[in-house]
Amino acid sequence: MKMTKRIDAPTGTETVGHEWDGIEELDTPLPRWWLMIFVACVVFAIGYVVVYPAIPMRHSATQGVIRWNSRADYQAQVAADTARRAPINRAIAATPVEQLPQHPALLRAAVEGGRAAFKVHCVQCHGAGAAGSVGYPNLNDDDWLWGGDLKSIEYTLINGVRNPDHDATRFSQMPAFADILQPAEINQLVRHVRNISGQGKPNAAGAALFAANCAACHGAEGKGGREFGAPNLTDGIWLYGGDEAALRTTITYARAGVMPRWNARLDPVTIRMLAAYVHSLGGGEANPAAVLAEGKVDGGA
Amino acid sequence: MAALDLISPNSPLYSKRKGVYPKAVNGFYRRLKWLVMAVTLTIYYVTPWLRWDRGPYAPDQAVLIDLAHRRFYMFSIEIWPQEFYYVAGLLVMAGIGLFLVTSAVGRAWCGYACPQTVWTDLFVHVERLTDGDRNAQIRLARAPMTPGKAAKRFTKHAIWIAIAVATGGAWIFYFADAPTLAVAFVTGSAPFVAYATVGVLTATTYILGGLMREQVCIYMCPWPRIQTAMLDEKSLIVTYKYWRGEPRTRGLKKPVPQLADFPTESINIAMRAGRAGDCIDCDSCVAVCPTGIDIREGPQIGCITCALCIDACDKVMAQIGRPRGLIDYATLEDAVVEKAGGAPRPVLGTLLRPRTLVYFAIWAGIGGAMLFSLGERSRLDISVASDRNPRYVQLSDGSIRNSYTVKLRNMEARPRGVDVSVSGLPGAVMWTEAGSRDTAGPSTRVTLAPDATTQLRLFVAAPADGSEHSRFHLQAQPIDGVPGSKEARPARDDVTFERPEREDAQ
Ligand code: SF4
Ligand code: SF4
Repeated sequence: MKMTKRIDAPTGTETVGHEWDGIEELDTPLPRWWLMIFVACVVFAIGYVVVYPAIPMRHSATQGVIRWNSRADYQAQVAADTARRAPINRAIAATPVEQLPQHPALLRAAVEGGRAAFKVHCVQCHGAGAAGSVGYPNLNDDDWLWGGDLKSIEYTLINGVRNPDHDATRFSQMPAFADILQPAEINQLVRHVRNISGQGKPNAAGAALFAANCAACHGAEGKGGREFGAPNLTDGIWLYGGDEAALRTTITYARAGVMPRWNARLDPVTIRMLAAYVHSLGGGEANPAAVLAEGKVDGGA
Repeated sequence: MAALDLISPNSPLYSKRKGVYPKAVNGFYRRLKWLVMAVTLTIYYVTPWLRWDRGPYAPDQAVLIDLAHRRFYMFSIEIWPQEFYYVAGLLVMAGIGLFLVTSAVGRAWCGYACPQTVWTDLFVHVERLTDGDRNAQIRLARAPMTPGKAAKRFTKHAIWIAIAVATGGAWIFYFADAPTLAVAFVTGSAPFVAYATVGVLTATTYILGGLMREQVCIYMCPWPRIQTAMLDEKSLIVTYKYWRGEPRTRGLKKPVPQLADFPTESINIAMRAGRAGDCIDCDSCVAVCPTGIDIREGPQIGCITCALCIDACDKVMAQIGRPRGLIDYATLEDAVVEKAGGAPRPVLGTLLRPRTLVYFAIWAGIGGAMLFSLGERSRLDISVASDRNPRYVQLSDGSIRNSYTVKLRNMEARPRGVDVSVSGLPGAVMWTEAGSRDTAGPSTRVTLAPDATTQLRLFVAAPADGSEHSRFHLQAQPIDGVPGSKEARPARDDVTFERPEREDAQ
């Protein structure tokens, strides 16, 4: 590679001085506009560094003369969004939960708001998809201990279940039959419960024990009762499991699930939204007859 | 200061644009350029105003890019976002079309149809109206500023800007109902983006077409780099037949520096024959060139193959009584043959050769396939997504419920009713969010909004006994439409029904 600059005769342009295999590179000047744009970009970059945060310092970057920062931007957007949602939140607050289905726009907003609130407050127990797990009810199904219409769900949310610091809480207590019945009798009861839920053979002794000890809460046929949050023992859904071992444990030691009362932590609008969301999961029930009689028909179910 | 030196106008880094004052020319190729300009500009300005009746639920603009609703209308064709592959197909066709044109006739796209060329040509013409032809323009450029010159400059730039505004103005009509937008635009109620678009396009048209012209083709445009690579020795390009033109008649009387650029043996041929070449060094070809190059220096990147130099030189040849075509479309292969005294191949022979035919076959194949699938495509579509969390729900009667998010796309511009039904899942019943378990049945009727996607949540319940993952179909059957016709064709999607693992089944 030779490095001698010379003027190329046909073009009158200086060469850059490189030569490879006899090929030389012309040092053709740039068009003036091209260089202008380059200079303009440099000027713009300097201006940008002056105006916006740019150069990293020890603790934070230089602030820039307009003192812009993304956190303020974010807060302004949150404030704007809160203001934007205020009217619909007020409307939801003013509408009794059982009447939400008559206002499709409100219901939609409530369900979406509830979906978001659920992800923050409820997934810890009920799971991200509200499918629950052993001891934590599945909110997607059609089996409800305390009622599955909008109003009942909202009540449960507000007051909690067996919540110790609140009088209006949903409350019931199943006795632990270890103190009342012999293990053999408990086994007979287990077989009877298995039978009425379609899983085993009839068992006369168990039936008698059931009528004497359990029917008061679970009903003569074992179909449960919502005034006590007593589960229906004849269906396919078991909160603590329907196999023999789980049933024996349930009868022997009793179960008493607890849910906090959410009015201690959430505002009424959020609770109403949560009720609408839980109701929308596919197992929500129609409003009780009293509401229907007033002509307020539940659109979702 | 060294830094300031760099931006001084005399710095060697700078090259001031050399003025290009193309001379007016007439001839076959110039008339072809007029024709192409008239056709392309007419298409550009008129298309948005064409109407096309699509019924009450769809716009009646023949060509419309409806960004807000993500629809592309082109006469009877309507493209939805998920059919974007048609646009991709068009782009592939455009690419292969460029291969085809380039391999056949070189940079003909650049010379005739490129918007930069069309608008530059228009602007050059305006310049001739205000300033006169080449010589007058050069004189005017050198003349000191007088009121007369100022008036001419003002008129020229005013017309240029008017053209630029009209260019940007026409563009926005492709994106909204043209008559409505036109009224809104002049009354000041059009959306901001419309004004911004017109502003940007006005600026770019004026700057690129009016001020920068050939600088765009030579420095900014990527095509010349790609296209010159796609040419081969069989492609038609604008060629100066130096073996016929050299030595230049006038040049013979003086030293001819250009001779150094040509292979010595060709000069020898001409010299040995003891005759002068046909080129009289009149520089007509240089004067008319819109990119300001001298084609006699050989094929070069600045040449956009507009053939105006052919028109100019043909006129000179006619005047001096020599055959036309000293500068002409020729292939590099022909050049060799002709130089040796042979006759060039007929133009058809250079156009129809395996390479162009293969390109054409691919290009036409894609076009044909797209037309066929456009004719065959269904205007109803169902797509089902299983709601995965939870995968399934056990109901109190022991049956299993799955839920699905169903999207029904009615791509016809009228409301339609469809029956959504389950097939292949024994004992299944379904209901939508609006219904409930009590009203569940084997199918549900849904009314679809015209030209829209309807989304619904669908619950499907089936007995618990069955395999863990059963495949079934969700089918949407239009309730109207002549049986067997395209409109009555059902749409279906493959769906999985999830059940608990067998050990857990209660
Ligand atoms: S126009 Fe023809 S004759 Fe005149 S300089 Fe160009 S090539 Fe030569
Ligand atoms: S050299 Fe001829 S064909 Fe090429 S750009 Fe100039 S006038 Fe057009």
